Amino acid sequence: MSILGNRVLRREDPKFLTVGGTYVADLELPGSVHVTFVRSNMAHAKIVSVDSSRAKAMPGVIDVFSNDDLGLANFPTIMEMTNAAMTPPMLASGTVRFVGEPIVVIVAETREAAADAAELVVIDYEPLPVVIDPVEARKDEILLFPEAGTNVAFTLDFGGDDTLFDACEVVVELTLANQRVAPCPLEGRSAAAHMTADGRLEFSSATQAPHGVRDALVSFLGLEPEQVHVVTPDVGGGFGAKASVYQEDIVVGWCALRLGRPVRWTETRSESMVGLGHGRAQVQHARIGGTRDGIVQAYRLDVLQDSGAYPGFGAVLPFMTRTMTSGPYKIARAECASVSVVTNSTTTTAYRGAGRPEATAAIERMMDVFAREIEMDPAELRRRNLISKDEFPYTTPVETVYDVGDYHRALDLALEVADYEQLRTEQSRRRLSGDVRQLGIGLSCYVEITNGLPDGEFGAVEIRPDGKVIVRTGTSPHGQGHVTAWSMLVAEQLGIAIEDIEVIYGDTDVVPRGAGTMGSRSLQIGGAAVNQAALDVIEKAKDLAADLFEADRGDVVLDKASASFHVVGSPAVSHSWAELAAAALAKDGGPLFAEVDLASPGPTFPFGTHVSVVEVDTETGKVTVLRHIAVDDAGRIVNPLLAEGQVHGGIAQGVAQALLEEVVYDLDGNPLTSTLADYSFISAAELPSYETRFTETPTPVNALGAKGIGESGTIGSTPAVHNAVCDALAHLGVRHVDMPTTPMRVWSAIEEAAARTNAKGQG
Amino acid sequence: MIPASFDYVRAATVEEAIDLLVQHGDDAKLLAGGHSLLPLMKMRLAQPALLVDIAPLRALSYVRDEHDHVAVGALTRHHDLANSPVAISGASVLAHVAGQIGDPQVRHRGTIGGSIAHGDPASDLPAVLLALGATMVAQGPTGRREISAADFFVSFFEVALAPDEVLVEVRVPKSSPGQWGFEKLTKRAQDWAIVGAVAVRSSSGVGVGLINMGPVPLRASGVEAAIASGKDAKEAAELASEGTEPSADFNGSLEYRQHVARVLVRRALEKVGV
Repeated sequence: MSILGNRVLRREDPKFLTVGGTYVADLELPGSVHVTFVRSNMAHAKIVSVDSSRAKAMPGVIDVFSNDDLGLANFPTIMEMTNAAMTPPMLASGTVRFVGEPIVVIVAETREAAADAAELVVIDYEPLPVVIDPVEARKDEILLFPEAGTNVAFTLDFGGDDTLFDACEVVVELTLANQRVAPCPLEGRSAAAHMTADGRLEFSSATQAPHGVRDALVSFLGLEPEQVHVVTPDVGGGFGAKASVYQEDIVVGWCALRLGRPVRWTETRSESMVGLGHGRAQVQHARIGGTRDGIVQAYRLDVLQDSGAYPGFGAVLPFMTRTMTSGPYKIARAECASVSVVTNSTTTTAYRGAGRPEATAAIERMMDVFAREIEMDPAELRRRNLISKDEFPYTTPVETVYDVGDYHRALDLALEVADYEQLRTEQSRRRLSGDVRQLGIGLSCYVEITNGLPDGEFGAVEIRPDGKVIVRTGTSPHGQGHVTAWSMLVAEQLGIAIEDIEVIYGDTDVVPRGAGTMGSRSLQIGGAAVNQAALDVIEKAKDLAADLFEADRGDVVLDKASASFHVVGSPAVSHSWAELAAAALAKDGGPLFAEVDLASPGPTFPFGTHVSVVEVDTETGKVTVLRHIAVDDAGRIVNPLLAEGQVHGGIAQGVAQALLEEVVYDLDGNPLTSTLADYSFISAAELPSYETRFTETPTPVNALGAKGIGESGTIGSTPAVHNAVCDALAHLGVRHVDMPTTPMRVWSAIEEAAARTNAKGQG
Repeated sequence: MIPASFDYVRAATVEEAIDLLVQHGDDAKLLAGGHSLLPLMKMRLAQPALLVDIAPLRALSYVRDEHDHVAVGALTRHHDLANSPVAISGASVLAHVAGQIGDPQVRHRGTIGGSIAHGDPASDLPAVLLALGATMVAQGPTGRREISAADFFVSFFEVALAPDEVLVEVRVPKSSPGQWGFEKLTKRAQDWAIVGAVAVRSSSGVGVGLINMGPVPLRASGVEAAIASGKDAKEAAELASEGTEPSADFNGSLEYRQHVARVLVRRALEKVGV
């Protein structure tokens, strides 16, 4: 019987539920000193002078450095296409471009002394005009990099067809805000660095990609790869924002080299809210057209991406948005173009979904707007336009090739679980009675891309002489449950109990290579690599067993039930895994071992349908989510418990974007949401119990048949909730409310619609 | 998020706390639950030289039935107030509202006295105490004095306590269970109210309090007068925003807050049968 597909409890959890995890800040590092960054409190200004003399003289302060002291190169552009004139220095030099940009680094004996010393650094600024709104930035009137002559950091333009909508009977368009949000991992950024006795830099990092951190340290600090050892202790979430290396990481490494003492840095929450990359931040203009009987024929999406102060991963998110332009629909003609601009705000980066939720939010909102225009039920419009299951592989108008799917099945199941007809009846009843609390029903059919980047992944399986297994993986889990899932994959192949399987990750000395955990890639490429290594180690074991049995290799079989090898037809004589590991040692002097560098076989395309049911208090504008139904298809599910966990967390973050979360700046570029009292990080009290279902349509792309599941929740849920809020208000004349649909915003939309209706009535 | 350095003294008695306040004047701050003061210190918006910790004075944590009123010790934590049988029967609106403050962690640390003395117009309890016609008891070097809720909240984050006084007790006239309405609009359960309203019916009429509708917690006297003159909930509630000057922020414009105040007051009034 297969272990795969079972709700195996997380092997990771007993520790977290009893003694708790060990994070970077928990590491004991005798004699360590503490780093604090003095950050800009101006959004855009020339730095006239920096006086650190009082800070330097303070007792307990070891040294204070500015960018000139570091002598390090600027951070390179993330991709060659982004504007090369816009690279950030390690510490701000000459100009500051957002509130929170590090200017000075203080090293002190204690964290408290460093914080006190930070207050003594006097920075004289000459304010420059500030631009926060990307629409304003696009006008190039206020420039962040005058030498660049523009705020445009990156452009995607494949041209446009003027006749795109010519054949359409109905065309509607809308400008949509996909607002800036903060990823808010429970653990902020944290690093600790020290030189070992043999002259290596050991660097502990709260990261999603330890090998990426190693490579960056090697490159910036001028070290050899073997001189740097990066480890990740437990990591308290990342959501994409910890997939990149930050300037602060490099500076911490530099301080350890310079001072020869262990150095540590853990950002505060207030720093994290302005220093850790933000997500989303698109202004979208969408146009959709089709026939009166509900066939969508053309769609165009124009994206204005806010990169923040420097073009990082956020600047190139529109790549992913464009890839998913037309969603799960068979639209004959679709286009997407984008412009990314810099603004005086925190640099944007990948955040759970990274470019794909933005695509889904646009097309799903437009499907609802189009349905309303032609007076068709939004579920019916979707049904008429979904790609059919017999049309895969399916190539979209933007040349994305979807692997496999059964989109209609997900839609039908979601509607069935929701009891959609009954919901519409209840909605009609409330509309007719003029209920203060109106019901909204929102749908989102989504398809997304996982493992969309070209990296492969490392996996290794080693059988120890005691019969236990060591698995090494290049993925870097930080909550996902890879220890449990990879154990299951290996147990399935080898017949060895998961309790006897140890999974090692997040240590660049022990795991030689790895791309890390991001983009919902881990199972389908990292798990697949481990799976392949397990298959390879079986082949090696069969060679050894054939020698021991003096039998033909082709006659040796693995009996998984007893975890032993025998010659076909003679199960009485067998060799256990331990015996074969011993045989390997005797023969080669090495372990029974296989390692794999699995090249990426290309992306997969998870899909599903979410239905959200909300209640809107039309007097106050407050939205309450009553139900959330999620039908997700991530191909073959290895462990439903883990998959549900991913969906649950994703829905929470997705609902939060629809209803609550938004990073807000004032006109001077001061962040107004830099604490969790002001930034509306969602809690369990705002969320219903989810109704989750999986359909399983295995992908042919990898041996496991698995697709990614880490980001489906945020991709599927946000538009469903957003559509539900707009749906609740539709009969009041409200066409659209931008996210987040906060009480005041919803109330204002109702008021404005009422005013329009009254004006018409009087006119 | 790291406070400036400060001295810390744990007071063994109220008298010792008062002595320390007399000695150190404005440099000293009382520490109770710490849920208002410590965040301000961590942001370095407050940098007291001395913290006088009165949280261990458990003698000031009680809820007592005192015939015509319920007496609540100033160091009673919100959780304890919310679950006190005496409060639930004699001042059920107070128990209910205490159970709605922040989140469970906040309610297990925060105290009624700390919340009141902080004088935050966005806090829930001050408006409830106004509507109930509560009385605060302060103790200073020369003994105790009573301050009516109406006189207690002076201006933005300023209350009638002298720098050397400790708030020791809150006295709430008894009210009947079910004779009140409390409405709070928040984005998240744990948030401060964007706007809140409370209505309490007593033998002397209906008291109405407003949360976050100005620099101090307010009593909606116009509404109260309208009810006394026989107006219904809808008509009376229209007066809820009169004379209010709520602040504007990204959670609510002035117009929005005034509108919500009218809605919430009407709903609260309907619950007390107006």
